[in-house]
Amino acid sequence: MAEMTKRDVGQFLARQGILVAFVIFIIGFTLANQRFLAVDNVLGVIRSSAILGVMALGVTFVVISGNLDLSVGSMMSFSTIVVLDLHDKIGPSLAIPAMFAMTMCLGALIGFLVGYLKLNSLIVTLGMLSAIHGLTLTYSGGKNMDIADKEGTWFSLFGQGSALGIPVPILMFALLAALLSLLLAKTAFGRKVYAVGGNGVAATFSGIRRARVVFLTYVISSFCVACAGLLQASRSMGSQNTVGQGLELEVLAAVILGGASLLGGSGTVFKTVIGVLILGFIQNGLLLVGLEFYVQYVVTWVIIILAVWLDIAANRGRLWSPIA
Amino acid sequence: MTSFTPALRLQDIVKTFPGVRALDGVSLTVLPGEVHALMGENGAGKSTLMRVLGGVLQPNSGRILIGEEPTIMASPLDAKSKGVVFIHQELSLAEELSVAENVYLGELPRKSFGRVDWDRLHEKTAAILDKLKVGFTPQTRVGDLSLANQQMVEIARALTVDAKAVIFDEPTASLTDAEKVVLFDVIADLKARGVGVIYISHRMEEIFHMTDRISILRDGQYRGTLHTAETSEEELTQLMIGRKLDLSRKINHAEVGAVALEVRGLSCGRLYSDVSFEVRRGEVLGFYGLVGAGRTEVAETLFGLRDPDAGQILLDGEEVRIGSPVEAIARGISLVPEDRKGQGLVLGMNCRDNMTLPQVDDLKAGPFVAEGAEIAIFDQYRDKLDIRTPGWRQKVGNLSGGNQQKIVIAKWLSMHPNVLIVDEPTRGIDVGSKSEIHNLIRDLAANGFAVIVISSEMPEVLHVSDRIVAMHHGKVIRTFTSEEVTEESLVQAISGIVAETAA
Ligand SMILES: Nc1ncnc2c1ncn2[C@@H]1O[C@H](COP(=O)(O)OP(=O)(O)OP(=O)(O)O)[C@@H](O)[C@H]1O
Ligand SMILES: [Mg+2]
Repeated sequence: MAEMTKRDVGQFLARQGILVAFVIFIIGFTLANQRFLAVDNVLGVIRSSAILGVMALGVTFVVISGNLDLSVGSMMSFSTIVVLDLHDKIGPSLAIPAMFAMTMCLGALIGFLVGYLKLNSLIVTLGMLSAIHGLTLTYSGGKNMDIADKEGTWFSLFGQGSALGIPVPILMFALLAALLSLLLAKTAFGRKVYAVGGNGVAATFSGIRRARVVFLTYVISSFCVACAGLLQASRSMGSQNTVGQGLELEVLAAVILGGASLLGGSGTVFKTVIGVLILGFIQNGLLLVGLEFYVQYVVTWVIIILAVWLDIAANRGRLWSPIA
Repeated sequence: MTSFTPALRLQDIVKTFPGVRALDGVSLTVLPGEVHALMGENGAGKSTLMRVLGGVLQPNSGRILIGEEPTIMASPLDAKSKGVVFIHQELSLAEELSVAENVYLGELPRKSFGRVDWDRLHEKTAAILDKLKVGFTPQTRVGDLSLANQQMVEIARALTVDAKAVIFDEPTASLTDAEKVVLFDVIADLKARGVGVIYISHRMEEIFHMTDRISILRDGQYRGTLHTAETSEEELTQLMIGRKLDLSRKINHAEVGAVALEVRGLSCGRLYSDVSFEVRRGEVLGFYGLVGAGRTEVAETLFGLRDPDAGQILLDGEEVRIGSPVEAIARGISLVPEDRKGQGLVLGMNCRDNMTLPQVDDLKAGPFVAEGAEIAIFDQYRDKLDIRTPGWRQKVGNLSGGNQQKIVIAKWLSMHPNVLIVDEPTRGIDVGSKSEIHNLIRDLAANGFAVIVISSEMPEVLHVSDRIVAMHHGKVIRTFTSEEVTEESLVQAISGIVAETAA
């Protein structure tokens, strides 16, 4: 009997381990620093997680359909540079839609390569990570972009404004999360995303156009990247070519932390939001207890490994496999 | 018999899953040198009991004794080391590895520094394959083998150790008749060596041909053990499903209508050539042949999964090109594929979503999927096909093999197709549900649908078909009507014997 309970604990940890770890983290940080759970700090965390969160929402679709998207970071840099450059040339009301169109074209290109040409998504998006970075540098000539007249524009609204006392980035994150959650959980398209990721062959046998579904997940992902780019550009009113560098891994970590499987077929928008918040709180907590910013890189990496391990453990129903 | 020490005993095994009491105090004694059948409806708990015995699952309570020794089976390898070998219902092979590596998975022979001793591995495997009389080598990649041959690899695994007990969970589901004969030889051989064999199958003729005793499970409870020589199909059925079955063949043909589907001279590479036939509304057309005769490939072509090189497909008299499953479905064709795990189901998805997947676009409430309509469909077919599951939220992967198959059938029946193609529809399905599904197929035809049944089970084809197409090596040898067909002529046709003389 003792063995039974041990295994039950193992299974529970495998399934809920990340939440348990999170609770321990919160308790630890709160003891270490009273400010951790203060309202302004909590709001601050959510706010600073919003950009990453918006991107993670889109990547959730890609991951559930059984693919990866490692291009979101450099795509986000691209969208900030474009929107800031066009802002001064054609004004914000044209610059924003233009930036969305260009970013989503990139998403459509990836979707075409992975969906219709059936190329490996890891290779394609890793390649696009560099290619888009090159594109951004070509576009900007390697220079940082700044809005010349920072006072005379409403463009700062997205990153810095607030409505009903809530910062716009949080509102946008929440609104997008709600919409995409409905799309994924309640519509026929969402159902197909799960089917394609769960068993692509069975999806084909069920009359699902696999290529189209995969294509659309990348378009959705790029749409979310464009939203994130807008928030980022508007928050700092200027941008560097590398602003999104490394974000792709954090985004992926958040999605996997939330419980989406890298094998595809599982995960939800809500879980991704949880994953984003976990990541945000942990990073914030590390800062509050006085660890340097770059320690976060190490910790984030540890968390990714942990999440992947738990992902596999959940699949085999125990944390440790006795068979090699 | 009492003079023997039993090979193994299971005592009062209880195993529960969330919402399911899969085993409710089951006991079972297997003697050395006997073939012991385990029977019961789909979801009765047979596979679960064997998973407990094989170390895949841990019981909530109960004891396992090997000989006189109480034992805990910590893992499949542990069970194997204690002499219990489990050949699974669902194949569990590593497709990318070779046959030899699969046979000795986890126990590869080693040389110094942990290097694999390939020569010895291949030699040992070859010896086993020899005994099984299979036509592939130890070096073959498992993914390249047919389903039946993969099954033989599973069986080869059992022969690597000095087994006290070997469990066969529906081993014949995907075997050809010739391969079955080999399997039965293997089992007889095991038996002669004093091994206790546990044999799970829904096929009565095998049970009576092979086994010494039969234990019956029903809804997770032990229902008794019978001596095979002293019982009958009726008694078994009664014990398993609690009622008698009407197995009489329905002679009355339905009103036959216009030709729904006609195929003329269809060819596809080396898979099949010059295939012609027609199905009328109200008719069940059986396709009989050996595994590999090209029947599945013809079905896949009709469903838009393969491009034919030549020939015509006519639906309601109009020539059509079917380029994808999407088009096939739009034209009212449904295909119940032969491989339920690979092609039929998304195992991680729940029962309801699997069932309604092909029509999810049509079940709309505003922009969303109409979940109420979906649940209604699920409820309807759960009752119709007697699908055992705690509810629609259950993941399909957690259902028993036969119940998974029923979900696939329900998925395509609920599309109300004009032409329904079913490929091995009752693989792994219990006797009660089997006749239920046969009746359903007849009913569908009676309601004016055209139905094509592909099956490797002769009784099934004979039972449900109005006409039977016999195929051999990718060619249609002959088409029989149900009046003229005999078992003998059918066997001759599918082995190509009458190829010359037939019209
Ligand atoms: N992992 C699981 N999680 C939840 N329920 C399960 C799981 N495995 C089996 N069950 C349930 O336990 C019951 C017994 O299943 P089992 O596979 O033993 O049936 P079976 O007798 O082998 O049927 P079949 O003839 O269809 O193979 C079924 O109701 C099944 O849904
Ligand atoms: Mg079973």
